[in-house]
Amino acid sequence: MGSRHFVIIGNGISGITFARHLRKGDDQARITVISGESPYFFSRTALMYVYMGQMKWEHTQPYESHFWKKNRIDLLQEWVKTLDFEAKTLGFDSGETLTYDILVLATGSKPAFFGWPGQDLKGVQGLYTKQDLETMEAATSKPIQRAVIVGGGLIGIEMAEMLTYKKIPVTFLVRENRFWEQVLPEQEAVLVQKHISAHSIDLRLQAELKEILADEQGSVRAVVTTTGEEIPCEFVGIATGVTPNVGFLKSTTLAVGKGVKVNAYFESSVPDVYAIGDCAEFEQPPGPGRRTLEQVWYTGRMHGETLAYNFCNKPVSYQPGVWFNSAKFFAIEYQTYGIVGSDAVAGVPCFYWEHRLGKVSFRMEMDEAGKIVGVINLGFRLRHEFFDRAIREKWSGQQVIQRLEEGVFDPEFYAPYHLEIQQAFQDQFGVMISTSKRSFLQKIFGARL
Amino acid sequence: MRKIEIIGLILFIVGMSIFTALPFSSQYRLNEEQLQSSVKDIHRDQLSELVQPMYGQTYKSTHSFLIAYSSYFKPYNDELKAKQAWDQVIWDDYGFVLAKAAMDGPSKTNPWISLGLSIGLIVLGGIMYNLGGNGSSHESLTHTGVFHSSLKNKGLLGLLTGSYLIMFYVVLYWFPAYLAPLVWMVEPISQFLSGGPASQWFLYGLVYTLAIGVMGVRMLLKYRGNRYQQLRTASLVFFQTAFAFLIPEVLVLLNKPYFDFKNIWPLDYDFFYDYQLETFISSGGLGLFMLVWGILLIVVGVPVFTYFYGKRWYCSWVCGCGGLAETVGDEFRHLSDKSLKAWQWERWMIHGVLALAVVMTTLTLVNYFTSFSLLGQVTNQLHSMYGFAIGSAFAGVVGTGFYPLMGNRVWCRFGCPLAAYLGLVQRFKSRFRITTNGGQCISCGNCSTHCEMGIDVRAYAQQGQNIVRSSCVGCGVCASVCPRGVLKLENGPEEDRIHEFPILIGNDSIKLRA
Repeated sequence: MGSRHFVIIGNGISGITFARHLRKGDDQARITVISGESPYFFSRTALMYVYMGQMKWEHTQPYESHFWKKNRIDLLQEWVKTLDFEAKTLGFDSGETLTYDILVLATGSKPAFFGWPGQDLKGVQGLYTKQDLETMEAATSKPIQRAVIVGGGLIGIEMAEMLTYKKIPVTFLVRENRFWEQVLPEQEAVLVQKHISAHSIDLRLQAELKEILADEQGSVRAVVTTTGEEIPCEFVGIATGVTPNVGFLKSTTLAVGKGVKVNAYFESSVPDVYAIGDCAEFEQPPGPGRRTLEQVWYTGRMHGETLAYNFCNKPVSYQPGVWFNSAKFFAIEYQTYGIVGSDAVAGVPCFYWEHRLGKVSFRMEMDEAGKIVGVINLGFRLRHEFFDRAIREKWSGQQVIQRLEEGVFDPEFYAPYHLEIQQAFQDQFGVMISTSKRSFLQKIFGARL
Repeated sequence: MRKIEIIGLILFIVGMSIFTALPFSSQYRLNEEQLQSSVKDIHRDQLSELVQPMYGQTYKSTHSFLIAYSSYFKPYNDELKAKQAWDQVIWDDYGFVLAKAAMDGPSKTNPWISLGLSIGLIVLGGIMYNLGGNGSSHESLTHTGVFHSSLKNKGLLGLLTGSYLIMFYVVLYWFPAYLAPLVWMVEPISQFLSGGPASQWFLYGLVYTLAIGVMGVRMLLKYRGNRYQQLRTASLVFFQTAFAFLIPEVLVLLNKPYFDFKNIWPLDYDFFYDYQLETFISSGGLGLFMLVWGILLIVVGVPVFTYFYGKRWYCSWVCGCGGLAETVGDEFRHLSDKSLKAWQWERWMIHGVLALAVVMTTLTLVNYFTSFSLLGQVTNQLHSMYGFAIGSAFAGVVGTGFYPLMGNRVWCRFGCPLAAYLGLVQRFKSRFRITTNGGQCISCGNCSTHCEMGIDVRAYAQQGQNIVRSSCVGCGVCASVCPRGVLKLENGPEEDRIHEFPILIGNDSIKLRA
């Protein structure tokens, strides 16, 4: 294979997964990973836990520092300033340069800002990078009266939880009619909204940011909503989604849309330049129901795996399997397998069950023939392997419910929600489900429904 | 709720202060009668002659009493040693029993009041603090803030707590005479339970059991909604209270040998010592049952239960060391070292202690059956060495004293020979594993951070690999702290338990080893 020099810009999950798998498949390759953000790979998803004192910074790093040396992956902490595709050379902020044989762009995302007046004030920020965490810690190190979060999605609710840990009152502005409207069906959204409000968060639906007001020192003093309401606050968290971090590429010859344009082999418009992870934009959606931008942890990892494989073997196109995702809203865990529409469609059979205390729910969407398409579960855990198989093999909804006990992933002795779900399914669809009996010990020691 | 918490904290601090001050509140005046009643027949006359000048003297502190005792006793004993008159040397340490006999002070005259104001306030305050602190939040199960806490993150409070615990253990094992005033206040309880006088070990057992109970309440509240944690905690509290504390005392009351039915060799390292075996054999049917029961636990109980449930059946459901670690130690779990280096140390150390225990016990048994005198001396040396280094220094001082410095399972992870034995079974022949939920891991690291055994759980989970590790005690906290529902403790078929080539679900392009 010869010793090609692979240079990866970005040490997030995509870039690092690529580097690791490349090393496994190619012992000769020279591998350099560049990041200005942090010297070592860390789990971005754990930033909130560092803020809340549940972890320390070093705990966010999945590999110890000797790992990189052992695997001969060179780490370079630099910001890339210039790219010369002709000379295959990168220029850094520091003035240093580096040449590559193959360049892999894995630059991730950045928080989307929509040009609100005052969005550059002190105390206004998103939450994506290590630096964002540090500015947020600094901005809230002294007690403040109120914080406002803009944007009803995953980062918004994370920021709300973080601020609540510091006992900072939070107003949560969600532009849509419900929380995470693009993804959650109404019943789930309402369930989560109740949970948010139970944490003393001032949740405002259909509330949109108009501008941010400054005090004399140039720090945020209040926000104004589109209805003209002024909400005094000293911190504004912008969580209105993320956008590919490709700003520094726009002046180059590389084809860039929302992200770096790539085909199913992650090839960009420039030879020997590839893009993976959040910053890549597929020309065609990689699968039915998938988007051209895939910006979650899991897809970043799969991009890295696949591209590395392609450099060591006969190249294959990227084919993601059954969709899955997960999140956590304060104490309520969310998982999804397959694709569930966020709005009910007439004629599509859909089953929804909610526990009487309103913290646990299960939804299964089926096709016209009653075959499972996808599930959403809140407040309890389901087994990935089980649902991946059920969806792939197109089990009937009835079959899934019949075998649901195998698909539950809750810890031992937990409440047997599957029994209630089976009963509810039986009632709604008028079919017989033979429910499993609980063992004597489970009856005595297990949690009640 | 906040008020209850604060009052509880104040009561706790007051109780701790009184508990700590009591040993300094007494004076000592020895008379011949006391000496006669606390010393073995064979030493009575000799010792009485030696310490005669002490009779009737008042000593204002434990320290001055011990200095005086030592000044009369030690030159005599040293001389015998110098002459190598080994059979005349007095090996027994009478410091504690003499101090206890000679003591006069508030804890002797008013044991119940002393007990109430010290341990009583600690228990009451502890329960109130736990109720107030954990009773009000929306959800159970939060580990937030542990790294912002001075106590829980090796700050000043943590260092002070660690120092206090270490000091307590050093005094308990090697200078127990200083605890005589504290032992007097539990004397009535001991008399009630076993009909005999209290020793420092009775005091320790009582404090230990109460600590597990009080902090067990905290666990039940913290993990409400998590039935696994609650059942496990209840089981630990039960086994400590009944099996480790009450039953042995009641056995003594009934004139039977003191025996903890759930303690298993080699954790119970003196199980095969000659005096233990003599006790079993000379105590009739029950004594023999104890011997057979103890052996059955080793050869049948451990392998069978561990095969079906993993070592958790013992380490985090039954064991007394585990009981303290999982209750008192719970808030220090994140301090365990997760590095590869620590794992390497761990494997050498824990299996080294197991090897040492096996060698020592084998020699002991050979010696027992052959009565070969040279071997007898070697085993005696080994016993005292093991007792000092492993039984006291490692299990006690380091094992518990280092909670606030190195986490709550230092002993279980680096030193416990029984954990090593259970671990070997768990690793090579068991149905237990922590299942990884397909491709759902986001490498956040909560599992690794909060693993008390220092296992880098994430390293497995992020590759879609089940976690099968000899050290895992199955506490279940990795599973409960995981924000994405990735981990589940399970007993299942041995097939596919260990993934040599794990595959992360979700990518259809390729199938490759993660």
